[in-house]
Formats: sequence, structure tokens, C-alpha cells
Amino acid sequence: MSAEPVTASSTRRKLSVTLLVGSILVALVVLAALVSFVWTPFDPVQAVPQDRLQGSSVTHLMGTDRYGRDVFSGILYGARITLLVGLVAVGIALIIGTPLGILAGMRGGITEEVTMRGADILLAFPALLVAIMFGAVFGASTFTAMLAIGIGSIPGFARVARSGTLQVMSTEYIMAAKASSQSSWRIARRHVLPNIIGMVVVQCSVSFAIAVLAEAALSFLGLGTPPPVPSWGRMLQESQQFLGTFPMLAVWPGAAIAVAVLGFTLLGDGLRDRFDPKLNGDR
Amino acid sequence: MDKKTTTGALIDVRGLTISTKHRTLVSNFNLRMNPGDRVGLIGESGSGKSMTTSALMGLLPEGVSASGSIQLAGHPRNLVEATDRELQKIRGKDMSMVFQEPLTALNPLMKVGPQVAEIMTSHKTVASKSAAQARAVELLGSVKLPDPARAARSYPHQLSGGQRQRAMLAMALANNPGLLLCDEPTTALDVTVQRQVLDLILESVQERGTGLLFITHDLSVVANVCDRVLVMNNGQVVEEGDTGEVFSNPQHPYTRGLLAASDLNATDADGRLFTVASAASYIPPLAEAQPVVEAANAEISDLREHDQAAGDTAPEVPSLISVKDLTRIYPVGRSSLFGKRSEVHALKGVSFDVAAGQRFGVVGESGSGKSTLLRILAGLDQPTSGSVRVAGSEVAGAKERDLVQLRQQLQIVFQDPMGSLDPRMRVRDIIAEPLLVPGQKVDSAKHRKMVAEMLGSVGLPADAAERFPHQFSGGQRQRISIARALICEPRVLVADEPVSALDVSVRAQVLNLLSDLVDDYHLTLVFVSHDLGVVRHICDNVVVMNEGRIVESGTTEQIYDSPQHAYTRTLVNSSMSLRNELALR
Amino acid sequence: MGIRLLINLARFVVTYVIATVAVFLFMRAIPGDPAQIALGVNATPELLAKTRAEFGTDRPLIVQYFDWALGLPTGNFGTSYVTRQDISPLIVDRVQVSLILVLLAMVLALAIAIPFGTYAAVKHRNPSGIIVSGISQVGVAIPNFLAGILLVVVFAVGLGWLPANGWTPPGEDFGDFISRVVLPVLALASVQGAILTRYVRSAVMEVMNEDYLRTARSKGLGKLESLIKHGLRNASIPVLTVTSVQLAALIIGAVVIERVFVIPGLGSMLLDAVGNRDLLTVQSVVMVLVAITLIINLVVDVLYTILDPRIRKGA
Repeated sequence: MSAEPVTASSTRRKLSVTLLVGSILVALVVLAALVSFVWTPFDPVQAVPQDRLQGSSVTHLMGTDRYGRDVFSGILYGARITLLVGLVAVGIALIIGTPLGILAGMRGGITEEVTMRGADILLAFPALLVAIMFGAVFGASTFTAMLAIGIGSIPGFARVARSGTLQVMSTEYIMAAKASSQSSWRIARRHVLPNIIGMVVVQCSVSFAIAVLAEAALSFLGLGTPPPVPSWGRMLQESQQFLGTFPMLAVWPGAAIAVAVLGFTLLGDGLRDRFDPKLNGDR
Repeated sequence: MDKKTTTGALIDVRGLTISTKHRTLVSNFNLRMNPGDRVGLIGESGSGKSMTTSALMGLLPEGVSASGSIQLAGHPRNLVEATDRELQKIRGKDMSMVFQEPLTALNPLMKVGPQVAEIMTSHKTVASKSAAQARAVELLGSVKLPDPARAARSYPHQLSGGQRQRAMLAMALANNPGLLLCDEPTTALDVTVQRQVLDLILESVQERGTGLLFITHDLSVVANVCDRVLVMNNGQVVEEGDTGEVFSNPQHPYTRGLLAASDLNATDADGRLFTVASAASYIPPLAEAQPVVEAANAEISDLREHDQAAGDTAPEVPSLISVKDLTRIYPVGRSSLFGKRSEVHALKGVSFDVAAGQRFGVVGESGSGKSTLLRILAGLDQPTSGSVRVAGSEVAGAKERDLVQLRQQLQIVFQDPMGSLDPRMRVRDIIAEPLLVPGQKVDSAKHRKMVAEMLGSVGLPADAAERFPHQFSGGQRQRISIARALICEPRVLVADEPVSALDVSVRAQVLNLLSDLVDDYHLTLVFVSHDLGVVRHICDNVVVMNEGRIVESGTTEQIYDSPQHAYTRTLVNSSMSLRNELALR
Repeated sequence: MGIRLLINLARFVVTYVIATVAVFLFMRAIPGDPAQIALGVNATPELLAKTRAEFGTDRPLIVQYFDWALGLPTGNFGTSYVTRQDISPLIVDRVQVSLILVLLAMVLALAIAIPFGTYAAVKHRNPSGIIVSGISQVGVAIPNFLAGILLVVVFAVGLGWLPANGWTPPGEDFGDFISRVVLPVLALASVQGAILTRYVRSAVMEVMNEDYLRTARSKGLGKLESLIKHGLRNASIPVLTVTSVQLAALIIGAVVIERVFVIPGLGSMLLDAVGNRDLLTVQSVVMVLVAITLIINLVVDVLYTILDPRIRKGA
């Protein structure tokens, strides 16, 4: 360790392809959702029987479905549902899981044991299973889907927050803070949170991808957003009976789901590389 | 290859240059060793010494390339240009290596015996697998592992650090290589173990006539082990020669600075350690000189007298820290449902007193209980039984509220310059943190002024306040750590191995600073360390800890010059000082 | 090792019991009176009382809970309130179908992931490695039901090689079983394989930076040789962790795939029960799925102790 200060090279790394592509794809989905608020080429809900099952054309970019609804309009509108479910679900998991994880990591002992056993139990109930249970008891709706996916995502946040907190708590700067009588609250706010926030943001992105997948699966099973509001998963499900004749009906919503999930996974990976350079090739 | 100059040489390295795409790490490195030569390669972190050894083994990391020539006896080919397949035949057979961290260098999922045997089977130097196994046990015995057959059946985590390093050595020597590369092989080990492993390495290479290239930052280790020495700085060899010659008559200013800073027995006119800056007036030890022990002591006791006249008349001074029958028992592992808990007795009845103004050393190896003691002193942990009084307040059983008072009186400087500062906080906020205690008003303007003053006292520029820890070097970070500890004007400063993670040249500066501040702020210093040389320099009273007990206590002179307890004697004999090692050559 | 096993077993039991309570409370206590649900709003009080007695739902909840929970381990799941049939033989039947699907898919996914993940790690700087890594990245983003649909489009509708859906038990007509099981297993395994490839890749890359691999190289072992002899077993520990998590995900994933391919597994049973508001069946199938997940976790923990001597020692 020579006297020369470490240069900024370690903090400012070159923009990664992963992060860039991830951001672009996510931006695309967000843009689609925003656009749908002000404009869609056609009403995504209104059936137009005379236009049913048309292929791609200038008027109907992605063709129409069996009720004659414009697929492109449905895709745009579906982005809204996807993002809404993702946001609320990740929000629930973030708000409940993160503090629990920090608490478990800081307090240790019984608190930690109970929290983490709780997370283990919840882990045996994946988001999709919770959603199916919700659907059975309360009936299917966007709300139950969001809630169920959110609950299913809590353990992920709790675990990430806990392991990050444990790492921070084992450092000497926490010892130093304790040795100058800093309260637990202050340690959590000033030391733990700023140091684990990167990991939590990564988890948000990863969870978002999982939420998008789960929402699509639920709608596919008819347990998500009820018709006629368009959602990608149900569009995919409805396309199934036309696979022999109009396979593109499956391709469009499928591609939309894949783009959204890919975007959020890549974004998460890119952010992880940025926050944790351990796996980076060079040194 | 062209001329037969390599005849007789074990290894001949010429013009070795190592670089990445963007910069040169090592330039024009030359080394010629004959069979049986023992050469030391000295350098601080970032000097390029480890890169050089990796290049010799042909194991440079991806993206790093080498040029020049490496000729190894018995191989006509320039190793820099050799293919990996060719190098595979050489690695582990004609040239092998021992690494710094024996725990991570061994495969955790494979028993030690098979790991040693593998180096023989892969080079087919033994007839069969079972022969290799048998030979592995023999080798483990030859590196003096107790019960080698059992060691061979053990996993690495079941051996101690020293035992693992012995196993690594057994592995490296299995095929009787002509050249052994050791990269800081004893840095991760305890003092007493370090000495044993060094003796073993020396004995093994002498016995077999193996050439040894020993990479280290520790000059006294080189003085102990090597005939010849190369000093590296910033990727270049700045000086080379006979160890005695180089150490007693250094030509290059960097070598002189390094020597001066390493020599804890020498002080300048003001009783301070030499630093790279003040090295010009440093008089290197003479190779022929022997009376190190006496001379050095005379110096130190002189220093002590003018420094600390009150220290010797201790009885009248009321003790600032008083520790009585302290024990601490930890339950091990998680609370299991059925099995009975096992316990670790970290402290087994520790008692001592520290008078106000004393510089009190706590010496011990890993597992001695010194860290536990420190945590309890700072109110970060509660003792199982016994009492601790610091500046009049009782720590044992104290409530968090009462501890606030205590902690205003006692602050800690930690070991790790990286880990002891929150990377997400500005230096200003780091230093001011101890001021933010419950029940004290926050006065930002006042804090700002205090931080600025503190930065001045520890020798950092005022603009450091706005920067983040990663923008500073290790030594600078340790200064920040000291500033944080002193801002609330404590009466006791506890230093936990404050210099053991620092480079030698920085170490002297930090020790001098610490010493000055203790005087300026009238502090009582508790200095915890495994390094006897450092403790000897800075402390006037010492306790020696081993396995949770204080085995010996007394003034520094008493402990070092006439140790009574067997463990203290081993410790004093094992620890290396530059002068001693040179005198003993 | 024995103590560790006992602790894990105890944890399993506790987790399982809590899970039964949670599922029971959620599925049985919240929705209200099953008799009312079965008979509709117009039922007479006498009929309701009679039906309640028939279902056994006139007893206190706690008794009903124990009745149900104690029946589970013995394979006695009770009688459906809607179909009035014994659920148990149905579940036993369906579990076999689902397990065949899931296990085949997992084996195939691992067979894809281990070589490709290792390759992508070793060649992480080469174009070929980056391509493998990129394909797996895209694969992760494809929901398995989409993969299923695409497979049907290509192999069943387009090429006509395989049937688009349906199920034949292997004991009945093995050839037909194979032809019908290929596409659903492929749909599950391709996506799962992509996910695992990424985990294998990062585990192997982590191991490649370990000191003991450098030691192996300094012994004279080749790059690949040292990775296979010293790296893969070390890398298998983190991979095992995700495999257990992914296996749980796969069991749920199979629910959807069964819908796509019209396969009579647990998933179809669950979804049909949800459609019929047959809550006791839902409750029981959910519990079976959860129990399978918990058993997988238990088995994986035992595997850990076999793989990692460091755990074996400490308890």
C-alpha cells in the first residue's frame, strides 16, 4: 500500500453491456405502459367481430385476436398490468422483507432464528402456489395476484438483507460505532442501510423479473387479472387453440413477457456486477 | 539457449518484464541462482514481487503477459515462451511453490494425504497410487507433523495453520524440485509457529540442496533465511547483493529507508522510530556486530526515563484500569436441540492494573484471549464473571446507558485499515461519529472545527474531511481511525494491532504518531499486539497472554530480558528482530 | 453428523407442522362454512345441519384440524365436500405423474447445465463462452409455458412428430408414454437448464479464483484437469443449494405445464379443484406440494454433509 491514493478507476467501471441492454429493455416496457395511458391504436377491450383473426397489417401491426381486438393495443395495455403487479409485489416484499432481514442480522439470537425459520417456511410456498391459494379462497383478481406474489417474494428480501447485514455487522467500523455508543437505530440507518442498499436494489430487479413471470403464469391459468382487461399471460393462453392456424398470436405476448423478464434479469445482473466486483474478470 | 551461459545455474532470469495492456508491473527483472542458493526477494505490497513469482511459475493471471527469458536447469527452452503443456511438466517437479495462506491454498474437500500424493502421481514420480499415498505419509512425517498417518487422513480444516503450511511444504518438496518458491509463507502464522516453519523450510532446503527463492516484506525473516537479497520497489529491483552486505551498507535510499523503518531497535535523536524520510541519519546494523540486545535495551530504557519518569513510581498512582478475575465463556455453535453445548473459555481469570499515563502492552498469539479482553474493556462484550473498572466506572453488568460514560473515556483504534472505516461515509462523518452520543447536543459548526483540528493532529490535510475512505492509503486510513478515536478526548486509548496490516515503511510513521499523541493528549495507552518488537518499542509495561490467562507481567525490560515463564521465553525467542537475525547469521 | 441430522429432522417437523396450521387456517377458516358453500345460499337450515354433520364440520375447528393433519402422513386426506369422493387415491395417482415429470426434467436440466455452465465459465472471455452465457440468459427469461407452446407449435403442429398433449402411464404403453412425455419434459427442462447453467457458471467462476486451484496448477496439473479434480466438487455445493430451490420451483412450474399439455398430474387436480371451489382438495394438494418441497430441502441438507467435510465435523 503505497502513499498514492487509490484512483477512481475502482469506482467508475466501464459501462457494462448487460446493464445497458437491461435498462433499454426495461425502458421499453415502461414506455409501452406509459403510452397506453394516452394512446392505443384501438380499444384493447372492445370486441370487433368483423375484424377477427387478421394477420399483421398496417392497421393492425400485430394482427387481431379471435374477438377482433387489436393485439398491439393489448400488448401496450398489458405492460401496464405487468408493471403494476410487479411494482406492488416487489413493494410489499421490500417493505416487509428488508427490515425483517436487517433486524434478524443485527439482533441475532431468537429474533434471527424466528425470522429465518419463518422465511424458510414461506420459501416452501412459492409465489405461484400462494396465488393459487388466494385464487381459491378469494377468487381471482389483479389484487390477489399482487398480494400473493408479494408475500411469496418476502423471503428473498429477508435473506438478502440479513446476509448483507451480517457482513456489515462483522466489520470493524461497526465495532467502532458501538465503541462510541451509537444506538442500534443509528447504526442501522447510518452504516447498515447505506452498505446493503446495493444488494437490495439488485434483489428488487431480480424479484421484479420473478413477479412478471408469476403474473404471466397466473393470467395464463386464469387466476390473474380477469377478462376483459388484457394481460400478456391470458393473451398467450387464448392463443393456444389457434396454434395450428395463427401461431403469431402466441408469439407476440410471449415475446413481450420474455422482453420484460430479460430486461429485469439483465438489469439485476448488471447492477450486481457494479456493486460487487468480485466476479469481474479483471482482478 | 544461444550461449551456454546457463550451465551450472539453477535458474537464470533475464530482462523479465511483466505488463498488462495498460501498464508495466515489473520491468527488467534479472536473477541468477545456483543450486542450493537461498535468495530473498523483498518488497512492500504492490512492488511486483508476487507477480514475479507467478511469472516464474508460468501462472500469470489472465490479461497479464511476460517477456524476457527464464532458463531453468535441465530445460533448454525459454520458459516465458514455453507452452502450458511444457510448463506443466516443470511445475511441481523441477520448481514448486508454497503460498501465503495455507487454509485457502489447500482444497477444503480433499484429504491432505491425497493432496500431497497427487503431485507425485501427476508427474509419475512414483510407481503407483498406493506408493504415492505411502510416500505422502512419509513426507508429512519429514515435515514433523505429529502422527503423519492421521494428518494424511485429515481434511485441511482439521489441521492448525502451522500444520497446514507444513503439509504445503511436504507437497512442494515431494518431487525434490531444484527450486522452491515461497511467497510470504509465514506471514499468516503466529509468531512461535512462524519460527518453527522457517526453521523447517531452511532445514529442508539445506538438506536437499534445493534452491530457495523467498518472497517477503519482512526483512528480519530474510536476514534469517537468505544468503542473497533483492530489493524490489515499484516493479524494479533497486538493490541486490549479499544479505549482510545489503543490510549493513545499503546503497539505494529505498533500501535504507526500508531498513530504517524495519529496525524497531533504533531510534533517532528524539527517541522516535526512523521513517523513510528520516532514514538518512540511520546507522544500519553492522553484520559483525553482536551486542544487539544490550545496546538496544540501553537505548530503550534511556528513552523510557526521560519520557515517563512517573512510570516507575507506579504504586502511588491510582490505577485507571483495574481488571479482576475476569472470565469469559462462550457457548460454541448454535443452540442445538439435543446435544449438550460445548464451551470456549476465552478468558480464564485475568487480573491486571493499568496506572494513568502508562503505556500498557498486551501480547499474545491468536486464541490467547486478547481480542475478548479488548471487547470487554470497551464495553462491547460482558464478562461471565469478574470485574473491570475503567476510569472509575464498572463495566461488568453495566447498562448501555452507563457504558456511554465509559466509552467517552476509552476509545479504540482497530487493526484493519480497510474494514474499520465505513466505505459509504465521508471522512468528516467518520471522525465525528463518537461525538454523536445520546444526551449530547449536535453542533455541526463545532464538530466541523473539531474534525479539522483532529485531521491536523494526525497529519492529514484539511480537505481530507470531504473525501471517502477508499481515496486514502492504508497508513492514511489508520490516521483517520486514530483521529476518530481521539476526537472525544478519551483518557484511555486502546490500540488493537494498529500497525500489523501496514507496510513496514508506513508502520514506523503510524507508531511515531501514536507515540506523540499519547504524550500530547496525556493518554493511557493499551496496546494489543502479537508483535513483540512493536510492543517493546512503544510500551513500558507488558502482560503476556496465552490460552486465556496472563502468564507473565512486568515492565518491558523484565519481560524481554529475563522472561520467567516458559511460554514467554518461547515467544521472545521466536520473535525476530532485524538486528538479532543479522547478528545470528 | 448424527446430531446435525437430528436437528434438521426436528426443523423439518416443526416447519411442516406450522405449514399445516397455516394452510388449514387459510383454506378452512377464512372462506367460511363448507356446507354453505356446497349447498348455496338457498339451503334450508335442516339440510345445512345434516350436511355439516356429514362433513364433520360441526365439530370445533381444532378437532377438524387434528383430524385432517393427522390423516396427512398416513395418506388419508379426507372426502371432498364438492365431489363427495375420497381424495386420497386420486392424489396418490396424480403424485406419480407429477413426480415423473419433475424428476425427468430436473435430471435433463442438470445434464444441460453442468457441461454448458462449466464451459461458459472456463471460456468466459471467449466468444463461444459468451454465446452460451447469452443463450442461457435469454432462456431464463422465457416462461416454461411459453416454451411449451413454442415446442407444440414446432414439433406437434408444424412437424407433426409428436402428439401435442395427453398422457399415458409408462406401465400401460411405454412407447406412447415416451412420445407424450418428451415435449412437457423438454419445456420444463430447457428453461430450468438455462437457469441452472447460469448458477453453474458463476459457481465455477468463483471456484476458478480460489487459491487451491492455483495450488493445483502449481503442482503441474493442467487447467481443465485441476478444474475437474479440485474445482467441480467445490462448485457443486452452491449449485446444490439452488438445485433444491429450483426443484421446488419446478414442482410449481409443472402445475402450469400440466395445463398446457393436458396432463393429469397434481397441478391439473389443483387447478380443477380451484375452479370447482373444492377447498378441501386444494388444501390437501397444496400440503402435498409443500411437503415434497420440504422433503427435498431435508434431503439436500443430508447431501451437504456428505459433500462438505467441514459441515460433517461441526454440529
